[in-house]
Amino acid sequence: MKANNLTSLREGESARVASLLNTGRIKRRLQDLGLVEGTRVQCIQKSPFGDPVAYGIRGAVIALRTEDAQGVLVR
Amino acid sequence: MVTADQAANKEFMVVKTNTTDQIIALAGNPNVGKSTVFNALTGMNQHTGNWPGKTVGSAQGTHHHHGSGYIFVDLPGTYSIMAHSAEEEIARDFILFGGADATVVVCDATCLERNLNLVLQVMELTANVVVCVNLLDEAEKKGILIDLEALERELGVPVVGASARSGKGLAELMEKVEALCAGAIPTNPRGVRYNSAIERAVSSLALLLEQRLEGRMNSHWLALRVLEQDTTLAAGIKKRLGPGLLDDEALWEAADAALASLEAEGISREKLGDMVVSCIVFSAEEIALSVGGDAAGCAGCGRCGGAVVRAGGAADRDRRLDKVLTSRRTGIPIMLALLCGILWLTITGANYPSRLLSDGLFWVQDRLTGFFCWAGSPDWLYGALVLGVYRVLAWVVAVMLPPMAIFFPLFTLLEDFGYLPRVAFNLDHQFKKAKACGKQALTMWIG
Repeated sequence: MKANNLTSLREGESARVASLLNTGRIKRRLQDLGLVEGTRVQCIQKSPFGDPVAYGIRGAVIALRTEDAQGVLVR
Repeated sequence: MVTADQAANKEFMVVKTNTTDQIIALAGNPNVGKSTVFNALTGMNQHTGNWPGKTVGSAQGTHHHHGSGYIFVDLPGTYSIMAHSAEEEIARDFILFGGADATVVVCDATCLERNLNLVLQVMELTANVVVCVNLLDEAEKKGILIDLEALERELGVPVVGASARSGKGLAELMEKVEALCAGAIPTNPRGVRYNSAIERAVSSLALLLEQRLEGRMNSHWLALRVLEQDTTLAAGIKKRLGPGLLDDEALWEAADAALASLEAEGISREKLGDMVVSCIVFSAEEIALSVGGDAAGCAGCGRCGGAVVRAGGAADRDRRLDKVLTSRRTGIPIMLALLCGILWLTITGANYPSRLLSDGLFWVQDRLTGFFCWAGSPDWLYGALVLGVYRVLAWVVAVMLPPMAIFFPLFTLLEDFGYLPRVAFNLDHQFKKAKACGKQALTMWIG
């Protein structure tokens, strides 16, 4: 099964987190927000330039930059 | 001779005015209203500084309740206390070694599940915890209801609801803190549920530590930190619990055995760290679910784990509004229109008051000139006081006051509507090209 990342989600689509490729501070920040393996994430709104994108994570709306969202593998 | 507590107070620079004063640590995520609670309780009886050896600011203040003194120590806002940053290390070390009589964890009612992450971690360190669920007024606006009694049952520690901004719930908070410090409330903090692989690996190590620790620290928690090879803890433990504890052959053998068994199951040390985080997150989710609401795997539809949501109206309306404010076609034009509108209002709106102020203040200057002439004062005095001090002041007030008096209220209005984060969201991409970030659009706007 090909591993997709968060950026492949279109507005309204959702998926579950498979793993985090990010490292260091941004990884811990994502984990703090509850983005761990198995968490359901929904792509809510893309900004006018396509980056950042607002995602729904455990009841909160969080804006993630493409470079960070690319590290979040989903299934 | 100095007691252990006195030594702790000295190291963390907690100043007791009375030996009967209780020390209360105040923890919580950033932006949950922790400072509001702190300021409401301590008022002007605060002093600020830095944590010893760090560049992170600290604040302590005193609150009196029923004649007793309570020293609140405002810990840095953190999402967790895994000590991955200076702030987290400070918070964790203070809760462990700072000699606090109780810890209050302030939570945001509008995103309770995320806040429970920190609550669970704090409860692993100390049983003397009071949870303060703040921003209940905000939650109500979003149609989120929290069952505080159920939460108290699930967590095993006292829970208080508050809207610190309007002063609600603070009296109740102090009642619980007072009772807890007096030993009148037995607590049974709910532990994090770790998966079986971790539990198997940790059990023998935890047993060993329990014998050595003699109840001074949570052995299960310390065992996990030993396995994760958390070096930030070593210094603190050496100082408080003696160097012998960690310099133990048997301990490290048990640790190596545990790590080996984890490796055998395909769990590397890095993966262990991730698993620990996951277990805490899922424990928080579990509590949130059992308290009420159907938030399992929910994502951003306005529901919040740990709450019952009334007809999702508020959140849906926000989403629809966002579609207009941040979409490709309408987002940028609206933003530019608002920006130009506010600037135009500021500039043209300020002209009339500026002229009035200018005329008025310079009329006064003429009267002053008349007075100085009549009094026969020397030119240099007139020059310094009237032309120098007064005229410059008059210019500044006449020119700058009206625009500021118009711009800032308008800007604040935008902030209250929650529009400003949308501006940062829209512009982040462009600002990134200048190696800045979207939030700097706001500071640019003010400039």
